Amino acid sequence: MIKRFGDFTAVDGIDVDVQAGEAFGFLGPNGAGKSSTMRMIGCVSPPTDGVLEILGMDPRRDGSAIRARLGVCPQLDNLDAELTVRENLVTYARFFGISRATARRRADELLDFVQLGERADSKTEPLSGGMKRRLTIARALVNEPDIVLLDEPTTGLDPQARHLVWERLFRLKQQGVTLVLTTHYMDEAEQLCDRLVVMDGGKIVAEGSPRELIERHSTREVVELRFTAEDQGMYGEKLDGVADRVEVLPDRVLLYADDGDYALAEVHRRSLSPASALVRRAGLEDVFLQLTGRTLVD
Amino acid sequence: MLTLVMPKLVAFEGSGRRSVSVTERNVAALKSAYWLVLIGGLLEPVLYLFSIGVGVGSLIGDIELSDGRSVGYTEFVAPAMLAASAMSGALAETTFNFFGKMKFMRLYDGMLATPVRPFEIALGELLWAMARGSVYSVVFLAIMVAMGLTTPLRALAAFPAAVLVGFGFGALGMTVATLIRSWQDFDLIGAGQFALFLFSGTFVPAEAYPTALRWLVEVSPLYRAVDLIRGITLGSVGWVQVIDVLYLLVLLAVGLTVSGRRMGKLLCK
Repeated sequence: MIKRFGDFTAVDGIDVDVQAGEAFGFLGPNGAGKSSTMRMIGCVSPPTDGVLEILGMDPRRDGSAIRARLGVCPQLDNLDAELTVRENLVTYARFFGISRATARRRADELLDFVQLGERADSKTEPLSGGMKRRLTIARALVNEPDIVLLDEPTTGLDPQARHLVWERLFRLKQQGVTLVLTTHYMDEAEQLCDRLVVMDGGKIVAEGSPRELIERHSTREVVELRFTAEDQGMYGEKLDGVADRVEVLPDRVLLYADDGDYALAEVHRRSLSPASALVRRAGLEDVFLQLTGRTLVD
Repeated sequence: MLTLVMPKLVAFEGSGRRSVSVTERNVAALKSAYWLVLIGGLLEPVLYLFSIGVGVGSLIGDIELSDGRSVGYTEFVAPAMLAASAMSGALAETTFNFFGKMKFMRLYDGMLATPVRPFEIALGELLWAMARGSVYSVVFLAIMVAMGLTTPLRALAAFPAAVLVGFGFGALGMTVATLIRSWQDFDLIGAGQFALFLFSGTFVPAEAYPTALRWLVEVSPLYRAVDLIRGITLGSVGWVQVIDVLYLLVLLAVGLTVSGRRMGKLLCK
């Protein structure tokens, strides 16, 4: 699948297959082509080239019928500021041809589900970012969709709000709803996705379950070192050989090793004394760094 | 046989239903503040009717129509004010509000994630604009009847004509809205609308202009609208009014098609 905007190629020939009932993630930094991909899957942006089939239908011909079975939670909340919280859901349900009585009943159920029942008659303006996002998710569920598309569902939320959103999404997943999401947060991908692809510059650079990707592209553990000296770079040479791989970043040095404690002991043996040292399990962040040579959030 | 016909019927029926659901959204959003806007839109033509129709009219006296009849100046101006208010009601809804919803409230992005199609949004918004314009028209026609500027029966006949005028200008306005780049462009629209308001046979018959200008006046959409409604309220309907109706129907069809297509291009990139 390819998407071009003039001379710019946003999505450069990706090939993915999402199974019903799975939680599938597109992981990558800003500008990787994740949102363009989501818009194509959401049938609001025709692919420039390639084949796209959703629920066994062709978006070019059956866009409206496909969208009837999708739930979309866009990156930027586009709630209706002129309506109340409940009206937002009821009005949206009407776009799907759902009867007014059913729409009202479902709106109340969904508001409970996303814990916004008490704010039902409030305007959307005074809601916090986390509440707005939860309302957007509730809105995406109003047609009882087979697939829910979530474009960076927790970007810009505080940790508490993120966990609440994750918990709700996890419950959806348990109910058998197919989730397709994009994220540039490693922990989000690890928490929610059964399978994911790592995207960079419009291309897929790796594919698999979070565990598989970490095993394939990283060591088991990582040691994060911070030195007080201005230039972390000069430590690159001094640390050569202490671990399988040494990655020097502007603010810290990463040592990739299957036994982090052993690597750290080796650092001390070379009489280097970092200001702080942390041994942790490797994550998708490390996979991305290994694959592209860059960090995800820059 | 049945299976061959059914999908098409269902698809069309669904399209109409989805358009109405877009209109419904506007009804749900109708809040007290909005009524002020509605009253504001009605105030303008009424003020013009009194200041120019009645005020200036008392200096002018009677005016001779092209068929040789002569009528009071207020009777001459009133149907033009009705047409102009149907126009401005429809334009306000379809340019300013439509643009705001599309660009700033990102309302249509949300709608397009549902089965609703761009064309159905255009149609739904147009129905809404027309509903708003109809309220203006009913009140204005009632004022005209009360002032003895037309008969109740003619007023009744003029109502659907005013609705058609609203439809035509609504479709035109929506097309313009899809071409707007920023809020600054609204100054241009305002200027254009005011020029139409002044020179579309509203205060002066088109015959008063030199031939070249008169031709320009007579092809303007508001002139056709004024001609249609004036013909009805003054009871002088002829073949020209059939042309007016056709003109407005074409305006509606073209406007709706173009704006639906332009919206698709703008929003479904």
